[in-house]
Amino acid sequence: MQYSDLINKLIQKETRAAARLITLVENDINAAEQVINSIYKYTGNAYILGITGAPGTGKSTFISTLIKNFLEKGKKIGIICVDPTSPITGGALLGDRIRMKQYFSLDNVFIRSMANRGQLGGLARATEDAIKILDVYGCDLIIVETVGVGQSEVDIFKSAHTVIVLLVPGLGDAIQAIKAGIMEITDIFVINKMDLGGADKKVAEIIQMLELKMNYKYESQENSEIYAKIEQWTPEIVKVNSITGENFNILLDMINKHEKFLKNTGIISNYLKNRIKSETMQILKHKLTKKVEDLLYSNKNIENYIDKVMEKSLDPYSMANLIIEMLGIEKKRDF
Amino acid sequence: MEKKRKIKVLVCKPGLDGHDRGAKVIARALRDAGMEVIYTGLHQTPDDIVNTIIQEDPDAILLSILSGAHNALCPAIMEKLKAKKINDVLVSVGGIIPEEDKKFLKELGLDGFYGPGTELKTIVEFVKNNLKR
Repeated sequence: MQYSDLINKLIQKETRAAARLITLVENDINAAEQVINSIYKYTGNAYILGITGAPGTGKSTFISTLIKNFLEKGKKIGIICVDPTSPITGGALLGDRIRMKQYFSLDNVFIRSMANRGQLGGLARATEDAIKILDVYGCDLIIVETVGVGQSEVDIFKSAHTVIVLLVPGLGDAIQAIKAGIMEITDIFVINKMDLGGADKKVAEIIQMLELKMNYKYESQENSEIYAKIEQWTPEIVKVNSITGENFNILLDMINKHEKFLKNTGIISNYLKNRIKSETMQILKHKLTKKVEDLLYSNKNIENYIDKVMEKSLDPYSMANLIIEMLGIEKKRDF
Repeated sequence: MEKKRKIKVLVCKPGLDGHDRGAKVIARALRDAGMEVIYTGLHQTPDDIVNTIIQEDPDAILLSILSGAHNALCPAIMEKLKAKKINDVLVSVGGIIPEEDKKFLKELGLDGFYGPGTELKTIVEFVKNNLKR
């Protein structure tokens, strides 16, 4: 095995090996496959906390205060901060670490910055793999900070046990609160910067939104596993001040309560199954996209097809079907 | 279709030095050159920097020092890196580095020394051409 040395060191909780392996899985999907294949059996011990919210809601500062609180409980903490990659140059400026300065030299804190490398959904392709590496590295708690999200970057909720959405007073009215997307996947709403005016109004808006949700009988359930989690848990709401640490004790109790809820109701196994499904889908998408790309760049027929589409003797859907045939995947109506 | 490997760079401000305009401009230039740049913020101790290097696993580190403490900070950082057996990372220092100190720093394994007035392109090219892995 090519990476067995690093993997052995990871299992012995060596920090540098963990960091090296994360670099590997970030840069090379084939390496990721081998690494995860050898460490998967050791995963599953860490609790994963997802932190999401619009840019500037204070995610990094909030996490910094969370770290302090969890360190007091004696936890070993891994933090993965995802920031956006420039769609133009491919570069990225990763600046979440700045807010967590006081923990740079602690043995129990591992902070890793990650660029999303163009992946939509608020996370990077390698975030899932990095979570597993930190899990094996022995982190009790892994905090994942998403890209500063808009409204529909909901991938975090497939990766995390508990999703915390950060809101701030004065950003968006009651209509924003009833829109689809991140507001629906939240386990705990945190109104950050509670010292600003309008925090109570924000809390009231969220309560109102949640009451509507609770009274509504769902008829369409596209995703029943997710639905089970959403249906039985009424999201908690808390306002905090991340600078002073005010109300973090309440927040920690809420996180604890949610963890117990997942375990006691057995929803956690549903959640895990769902996570495996969505992760496998992701991997399949990558592999199949790669296959299609390879074919598109190597096959001369493709040019002929494009010409045909230009002449209108073929349409793009039919061309796609022809490509699927070439890939050797059975053509089905619902493919 | 194989994409080029991303270059990951750490921009640091060691010691008691509050002037980070230059560091931010350089971070931005490297970003625009397609690199993934981490800026750690001000007032980093050598321990902070070495721990960040271990966790983030960058290809290069750019230290920005304008306080005149380079002859104390740089050896401390290099020693700690050596103790951790980290030898495949490019370590560069810029800011205000007097000519007569450069030889000493170069012997420690540092390179670059880009002071005020350097074109950003020069720094980007330096990083690209001097990577150790």
